[in-house]
Amino acid sequence: MGRHKIKIFDVVNTAIMLTLMLVAVYPFVYVVFASFSDPWELVKHKGFLWKPLGFTIEGYTSVFKNRSILTGYITTLINLFGGTAINIMLTLFAAYAVSKKQFLLKKPITIMIVFTMFFNSGIIPRFLVVKELGLYDSRWAMILPTAINVFNLVIMRTAIEGLPDSLEEAAVLEGASDFDILFRIVVPLIKSTIAVLVLYYGVAHWNQWYQALMYIQTREKYPLQLVLREILIGNSIESMAAGGADSSGESMVIGEVIKYATIIVSTLPILVIYPLLQKHFVKGVMVGAVKE
Amino acid sequence: MAKKAGKQKSVTAVLVKDVKKNKGIYLMLVPVVAYFLIFHYIPMLSAQIAFKDFSIAKGIGGSPWVGLKHFKTYFGSYYFGRLIRNTLLLSLENILFGFPAPIILAILINEIQHTGFKRVVQTVTYLPHFISVVIVCALLRNFFAVDGLINQILGTKINFFMDSHAFRPLYIGSGIWQEIGWGSIVYLSAITSIDSQLYEAAAIDGAGRFKRILYITLPCLATTITVMFIMRVGKMMTVGADKVLLMYSESIYETADIISTFVYRKGLLESNFSYSAAVDLVNSVVNCVLLVGANKLCKKLDGNGLW
Repeated sequence: MGRHKIKIFDVVNTAIMLTLMLVAVYPFVYVVFASFSDPWELVKHKGFLWKPLGFTIEGYTSVFKNRSILTGYITTLINLFGGTAINIMLTLFAAYAVSKKQFLLKKPITIMIVFTMFFNSGIIPRFLVVKELGLYDSRWAMILPTAINVFNLVIMRTAIEGLPDSLEEAAVLEGASDFDILFRIVVPLIKSTIAVLVLYYGVAHWNQWYQALMYIQTREKYPLQLVLREILIGNSIESMAAGGADSSGESMVIGEVIKYATIIVSTLPILVIYPLLQKHFVKGVMVGAVKE
Repeated sequence: MAKKAGKQKSVTAVLVKDVKKNKGIYLMLVPVVAYFLIFHYIPMLSAQIAFKDFSIAKGIGGSPWVGLKHFKTYFGSYYFGRLIRNTLLLSLENILFGFPAPIILAILINEIQHTGFKRVVQTVTYLPHFISVVIVCALLRNFFAVDGLINQILGTKINFFMDSHAFRPLYIGSGIWQEIGWGSIVYLSAITSIDSQLYEAAAIDGAGRFKRILYITLPCLATTITVMFIMRVGKMMTVGADKVLLMYSESIYETADIISTFVYRKGLLESNFSYSAAVDLVNSVVNCVLLVGANKLCKKLDGNGLW
């Protein structure tokens, strides 16, 4: 009897899990199939897609010909690498300072940082400051206002505080400076936490669009996500396909396939990188979980 | 007098000594403190424009004080009720449906016997978390379009994105789709720390899977759940503008316009800086009170808060 019950539970549970996975993944599967489908067959088709309808790479050639997607990609990559480097450096500095034992201003500095978790100045005053500093419409507006994420700082601090004090004491006795201790002793020991935070900051830069919406005006400076918003949410798809199409109806039809191809091209890096690094992503949540 | 001066001098002396001793630390803190001052504390001071008639030409200092004018306009406006209602309802419904989902998933994942399958489920359900909100909303708009997949399956022609009743379900549903897996990690890690002897003892006593979930897993998760719940409620009035901006249109403002989107429109699109800063400030204060309360409660419960 007991064995029988367990089996039912497992079957039901497995079914639920399979359904859940299908729901999580199918949207992407659909988009992949649709992106390779013949536009006219796709328009006529109703319901789920289980394979591409016909085969065309027209959508992808349009995407790769589109200059704004290309420049958006480059802008995003520059922000991602430059921004993440600054993020990690500052987060390391801050975390090291607030976990230092004998340091006079430890408490005031900590309070200064923690207070920002509770009270937000609001987007308008911050916008004015960005404008006043002359950062408006520059790449720096995408990097500096979010230079330190306090949640990530907590993760970094937890890692540093977890190191034995004796390490640092020994280094001090040998006359090592704080920079020596941080880069020669602490950093190698918390490599995995740093890797996690590189991923977190990196993904945040990759996905960032609201900050760009507020601070970036020139279309040539748009990061990828803002370009995507124009193409996928706005109505600029017609103009995108207009070059190769005769009537507006035709460009609409082809536009759909271009949209699908755009989604794939812009999501591919994450879809490829994610499974390889999944373990590291999760580790960060475990460290941050207690606090977050 | 002399004593006070002496004390002050000693404070500076101690500080100077500390700077000498911890030179490296102070050097490291220069960019850090600069960041917090420039992007957090100066904006907090600039929030005074909520009490002024700010114009860019006059600058913050030169703009005249107007007291509570903007606050009065806000509290007296038609938008006030709607914004509070929409923000609160979106948040509450989100908690009601979105909060239990990852807990249930974590329990079910924990019950999977096959380690390989378990790992696959985790990998797949975490994935949507990393997809940008722009792409998520693009997918949503596509599948729920008038001629989209959902309408094709249902055989209907519902215009979901023009229907103000559909906004919250779409927002919350897509949020669950995106975050259910990622959100379950916290609970899964709490479950793994449960002593396996408890389960073994229960199994010997003849407790089935449901009973073990009900009498062991859930009670052991109680603290984690409570803490997560309190922190979630603390962030109740913080609903970011970004996803809503990608989902709404003027025709569904009735349910979709929330405080943050209103601030964005009034402030950044209409350059009505003082008024929108006032609206934002009210929200910041409410948030701060909620968060401090939540943090205190959590600290009492398990010694852990935001910091």
